[in-house]
Amino acid sequence: MPFEWIAALRFLREGRMQSLLIIVGVGVGVAVIVFMSALLSGLQANLVRRTLSSQAHIVLLPAEEVARPQDASGNAAVRLQKQAQRLRSIDQWQTIRDRLQGWPEILAVSPVAAGPAFAVRGDASKAVTLLGIEPERYNQVIALEERLVAGRLRVAAGEAVIGIELAKDLGADVGDKLRISSAQGDAETLTVTGLFDLGNKAVNARNVYVGLRTGQTLLDLVGGVSNIDLALHDLDEAEVVARRIAAETGLIADSWIRTNAQFVTALSSQRVSSNVIRFFVGLSVAFGIASVLVVSVIQRSKEIGILRAMGATRAQMLRIFLLQGGIVGFFGSLLGSALAWCFLLLWQLMARNPDGTPLFVIAFEPALVGIAAGGASLVGILAALLPARRAARLDPVVAIRG
Amino acid sequence: MAEPVLLLDGIRKAYGSAETEFEVLHGIDLRLERGEFAALIGPSGSGKSTLLNLIGLLDRPSRGLLVIDGEDTAALDDTALTRLRGERIGFVFQHHHLIPAFTAEENVAMPLLIARGRPDAAMFARAGELLARVGLGERRHHAANRLSGGQQQRVAIARALAMSPSLVLADEPTGNLDTHSADEVFALLREVNVQLGTSFLIVTHDPRLAGRCDRIIELVDGAIVSDRPNRAGADLRGE
Ligand SMILES: Nc1ncnc2c1ncn2[C@@H]1O[C@H](COP(=O)(O)OP(=O)(O)OP(=O)(O)O)[C@@H](O)[C@H]1O
Ligand SMILES: [Mg+2]
Repeated sequence: MPFEWIAALRFLREGRMQSLLIIVGVGVGVAVIVFMSALLSGLQANLVRRTLSSQAHIVLLPAEEVARPQDASGNAAVRLQKQAQRLRSIDQWQTIRDRLQGWPEILAVSPVAAGPAFAVRGDASKAVTLLGIEPERYNQVIALEERLVAGRLRVAAGEAVIGIELAKDLGADVGDKLRISSAQGDAETLTVTGLFDLGNKAVNARNVYVGLRTGQTLLDLVGGVSNIDLALHDLDEAEVVARRIAAETGLIADSWIRTNAQFVTALSSQRVSSNVIRFFVGLSVAFGIASVLVVSVIQRSKEIGILRAMGATRAQMLRIFLLQGGIVGFFGSLLGSALAWCFLLLWQLMARNPDGTPLFVIAFEPALVGIAAGGASLVGILAALLPARRAARLDPVVAIRG
Repeated sequence: MAEPVLLLDGIRKAYGSAETEFEVLHGIDLRLERGEFAALIGPSGSGKSTLLNLIGLLDRPSRGLLVIDGEDTAALDDTALTRLRGERIGFVFQHHHLIPAFTAEENVAMPLLIARGRPDAAMFARAGELLARVGLGERRHHAANRLSGGQQQRVAIARALAMSPSLVLADEPTGNLDTHSADEVFALLREVNVQLGTSFLIVTHDPRLAGRCDRIIELVDGAIVSDRPNRAGADLRGE
């Protein structure tokens, strides 16, 4: 171990109480930062997951659509509803589908024939959105299969999968029949093969999934699709990828980020305010380290003088005190990460849904410990800059005379 | 003869800024040969410590020539001065000045550790030898601050010898010790001088101890007023 490390560690060890207190101080600061970061990212990931459980990351629509709704927060289903009389197909959708399938950013491509329709069973009649899908592809965009509460995801000819709300409204269950008639006047009687719960009441009341072929026939879109739904590997890239697709294909590409603009803004302002808090906690940790080291330099001025007399250079003295700052930061961050981990466990025990399940799951990422350790060590070194320079500049004659 | 360990020519030292300048040393000329064992005496405030700090390269003279072991120090920057100091000069201070966070052995090895950057077995072996030489071989692993004053001063002497310096500067090395310990420490310095040929310049207020040196240099008001060989001290070498 180099001389500077030995001296730094010994000085810290000798200053027991002081070192311990400042390490605990750093630890508390790091714990707050780590806890807040984990909580916030867990919360946000959970919110985004819930929001996207019934939405594609990007929805592609035919280019020539004129009456594009201004309401950016309305979802695709609502928009399609508005243009009921003018359902258009995407030109050469197979080519586009195959091309996009090859993009590395894109996880799944799912063509959909969607349009407004009525679902009728007995006396009950409901306005619905009919979605003709290729189930394997669609399932990669929206995890319909895992959200089934009854039956199976089967949409062969004459079969339909509906939401639990619609099932309730129509009094239908798996195996029951219902009649779907589109605005174009086509109608067909379908057997319910599955019930889903996508975690969104409107979607559960509105969406009726059928096979692509059935959808095309009912909606007068034979051979065509009204939109292409995409899933990406990285959610945050949605807007960038959407712009690129729009530029390359001439289609309208709506990313979830744009569609949920208010929600996304809320998330990012939440992040900003948490960054501000983290910054100030970090700052007070830095001041804590600096003040302890300033005192330590004064206390050790005699020893600094002796070391200088024995041939230690200014640069060596500087490093000894920078290292002390870094070491305090490092050990403080380990303590802080451990504390944060306890807080998180405790929090997950306390914060529960009425039914006793955890409110949401927070993954305690090991990377966060690494980041905290690196960050705190760096803050420690920066905080030590001022005291270390004092130590380096100390006049050995003055120091020794004392 | 061989080049001197130390050569001072017209050394002046002034403190304060241009207006409030206050000269403490007024042109010191001094030559110290290898193996010399010299005492520096003089009233309080005469500038003894100031002179020792200049020779020890802890401070720079305002004017004059300062040559250590043939090396002119005027042109050296702080890092070079520090290296020269570490290699050629050993210090023994009045307030023994060990580093309490380290053991006796580690304190003795410290100049070697500083110079080489990393610890190795050889430097601790040497520290052990030096501690044995000053009679503290048994206490090598004691914390520095758990030794008596006399023991600490002996550790400091061992430390001053770690780099085999050409010159050891001692500022009232026995000033804080009782007569018995002072005699022991002084005898140790003399022994090292005789056995290793290391030069010593020792500031002391004790005429008894000064009388046991080869040479007595007297400083009054920042100037050397007398510099004479001391037969009595020189005779002691033979012992
Ligand atoms: N940093 C300084 N600034 C101003 N004056 C100083 C400084 N250091 C020493 N002096 C002055 O220089 C003079 C000589 O001081 P020095 O410490 O060298 O004396 P000394 O001979 O070692 O005395 P003593 O025997 O008491 O140790 C004193 O008048 C002192 O006040
Ligand atoms: Mg003095």
